[in-house]
Amino acid sequence: MGELVQLTSFGLTEGEVLEALGRVKVRDVDYADLYFESSVSESVSMEESLVKRATKSVSQGVGVRATAGEKTGFAYSDELSKKALELAADTARYIANSPSGAHAVPVAVRQIPTRDLYPIERAQVEVATAERVSLLNAIDAEARRYDPRIKNVMASFNTEYKVVIVAASDGTLIGDVQPLSRLQVTCIAEENGQRQAGSFGGGGRVGFEFYHGGDRYLRYAREAAREAILNLSAVEAPAGVMPVVLGGGWPGILLHEAIGHGLEADFNRKKTSAFSNLLGKRVASDVCTIVDDGTLPGRRGSLNMDDEGTPTGRTVLIERGILRGYITDKLNARLMGIPVTGNGRRESYQSVVLPRMTNTFMLAGTSDPEDIIRSVDRGLYAVSFGGGQVDITNGKFVFSASEAYLIEGGKVTRPVKGATLIGSGPEILTKVSMVGHDLKLDEGIGTCGKEGQSVPVGVGLPTIRIDEITVGGTQR
Amino acid sequence: MSQGIQQHDGYSHLAMDLLAKAKRSGATEADIIIAEGETFSVQVRLGAVDRLTKAREKHLGLRVFVGKRSASTSTSDFSADSLNQLVAETCTLAKAVVEDQVSGLPSADQMAGEKPELDLYDPTRLNTEQQIELAKRAEAAALSMDERVTNSEGGDFDSSSGRVVLGNSHGFVGEYQSSSFSMSVSPVATDPETGAMQRDSWYAVERKFAKLDSPEAVGLEAARRTVRKLGARKVATQRVPVVFDSETAGSLMGNLCSAVSGYSLYKGASFLAGQLGKPLAPEYVTVYDDGRVVGGLGSRPFDGEGLPTRKTTVVERGVLKSYLLDTYSGRKLGLASTGNASRSVGENPSVGPTNFYLAPGTKTAEDIIKTVKQGLYVTDLIGFGINMVTGDYSRGASGFWIEGGELAYPVEEITIAGNLKDMFAGIEMIGSDLVFRGRIASPTIKIGEMTVAGS
Repeated sequence: MGELVQLTSFGLTEGEVLEALGRVKVRDVDYADLYFESSVSESVSMEESLVKRATKSVSQGVGVRATAGEKTGFAYSDELSKKALELAADTARYIANSPSGAHAVPVAVRQIPTRDLYPIERAQVEVATAERVSLLNAIDAEARRYDPRIKNVMASFNTEYKVVIVAASDGTLIGDVQPLSRLQVTCIAEENGQRQAGSFGGGGRVGFEFYHGGDRYLRYAREAAREAILNLSAVEAPAGVMPVVLGGGWPGILLHEAIGHGLEADFNRKKTSAFSNLLGKRVASDVCTIVDDGTLPGRRGSLNMDDEGTPTGRTVLIERGILRGYITDKLNARLMGIPVTGNGRRESYQSVVLPRMTNTFMLAGTSDPEDIIRSVDRGLYAVSFGGGQVDITNGKFVFSASEAYLIEGGKVTRPVKGATLIGSGPEILTKVSMVGHDLKLDEGIGTCGKEGQSVPVGVGLPTIRIDEITVGGTQR
Repeated sequence: MSQGIQQHDGYSHLAMDLLAKAKRSGATEADIIIAEGETFSVQVRLGAVDRLTKAREKHLGLRVFVGKRSASTSTSDFSADSLNQLVAETCTLAKAVVEDQVSGLPSADQMAGEKPELDLYDPTRLNTEQQIELAKRAEAAALSMDERVTNSEGGDFDSSSGRVVLGNSHGFVGEYQSSSFSMSVSPVATDPETGAMQRDSWYAVERKFAKLDSPEAVGLEAARRTVRKLGARKVATQRVPVVFDSETAGSLMGNLCSAVSGYSLYKGASFLAGQLGKPLAPEYVTVYDDGRVVGGLGSRPFDGEGLPTRKTTVVERGVLKSYLLDTYSGRKLGLASTGNASRSVGENPSVGPTNFYLAPGTKTAEDIIKTVKQGLYVTDLIGFGINMVTGDYSRGASGFWIEGGELAYPVEEITIAGNLKDMFAGIEMIGSDLVFRGRIASPTIKIGEMTVAGS
């Protein structure tokens, strides 16, 4: 039996890892784990038609955690020496108020991920900087060709290559190699002294080839340019309560903010979520079924295993309008007596594990998207969004449209300026009256923030009609 | 402390050594930043320790110029092999990008010389038990303040200290130490009639432990802010005067700070591009960025490129007087750096505020609210609905409805919308309540009219 291959990245032996684990997992500790991470991030960026910036960051370290009841002790170190590991282990163990001694070294069962959701042809480190530079140059040319009113094009290509190992007192010893990349384009359009911006991008746990497939990178350039030009003629957005039709794909950010965060187990264990006592209750109309699925190949939110070594899965959150399940990590699943769903995630070895979403989307319905638009006499049709945010406790959430149109007499008419939409999480999906048959996942740009930690996520949505939501424009 | 000093000498020597290696690898200019620190944080929840975190960390960032080409790299691995490889890779990377005519270090004669005493470091070391106790006392004060406070997201105490060493190929080496102590509480209150919950929080942060508010003061304020939100409702869509409390007014100063950042301006990505010297707000509006406030949370002796920090008047009596610039963005705009280079290890320098604030007026928040017959008092904003290119502004809000100059009832699930240009021009009153709880601060302000969207 050979050693776990990823161990070589850290210059460690299995024996050393297990010894450190034994040092943390003392009598009063319920669970302990070590998370080794080595990551290389690279970025090239372009503006004013010049690819003039390149950066590269290398980081490695270990996070050591011990939990006892509801308590978590956590320490991390950017050194992987035996001494640094011992110090981190002793610090994490402090939480259990347990003196050293009574060590119980667990028997590790080596687990190898049984699948590879992100096979890539070439590791990103093997893609020459020159190739990335020429990609960005082509984007610049394409966006400027789209319309002479495009005055500046900013584009960046970011890649991350992460090697991780999880060793836990429940017998987990498993590693994964996690590639991630993203290509982002922003265009500034100018006409008669007025300026507007448009953005588009995509990516995932994919290789460099992904961006060339179907000339995807050129489409990103055209989409960013199109949005900027479109917004030059945008009129004031309406203000007040009205029906809103959301387009497919990225508008799925609605689900992420309105219900996803509220269903994360930590808030529900602590009973600080607006969804705390709603399991089994109706929180959406019966056309709504919503899942969180970390197993979709190549997606930005997907993982072979979560950051506690649990294989990711597909969790039904809402089934035909009824709240069915929470998103869990090991700690919260144990304390709540509910299944582990493979959603324990962390930004890096420097952060604690929290229950987090992966790819969150609504399943397709039966309505024709055109019928959905035709059903609205006066309202908003929103197809692209910036960020969103939610107050977990009162359930109020917002998300901000960056490309939206008025619907007048069942027809999409004029583009409107960006506006924030605000609603209440436990109520908003009860107002979804039509769900299209056109489920789309987003392009792969989502980053979710929670307690200061950013992790990549995905969302998806078919075209839907929300009968009423407050639109925060300026036009009455 | 002798160990700390040794370490520092070690790092400045390391910086000089790597700069020399970079030159041998083809770099014409280079700079290095080394940051090291230790952090401690504890969260207690309902009186028991929930999470304890402790760590030391260090990072090194290298930026090289090969003629007019440049690249930046960083690592947390300080082994000789890793650092030698980093130097070589950085030079290779720089050669792969195109020439940028304005790139380069600031000129040697601009580097910070004097060492201002900014009093940023407090050697106070609290042990684990003391810090747990402070977090517990803060949370306990919140939980005992009102029986409607039924739950808690926790009480936190954090402390950190660190050192920054910056060196460049002009021979400049600078260093400073800083510390920070903070405390926060997030109570949850339940409406006894409807069962609806509300959460809010309050916090204190200082460089000196002795200056920190008492845990009881932080906890009680957190509870007061939470309980007063119970019973919140929507209001009808209308245009009314809007009063921003000091926290939310601070976020508007944050928006102004982004809009005057040199990088947004030269890219044409700010609604204030081309507005230098033009009126932005009424003549009683003056905004400063001051990197030399003694003990200030944003103070530092030199910026991310080694230039001396200073006090910049951004808006003087309503007129936009200065942008915030580093060397690169300044050169792009034909202006001198304002000493606002912000350098996070591994990134190219960008522009960041030091202590950025709206100069206070003379009225109390109550005086300002009294002038509003019908309007909104905003205490929370959520979402990212700001278009910096156009200034269009639309965010989720909560707070209180003002009727006849008094706070009548709490409101939620509404948005406020306008355009930042109109909002700054529409500032009608400025409060006297300027308190720094971060790098950006503002007193209470009243804006003449905005669109509130609700039911």
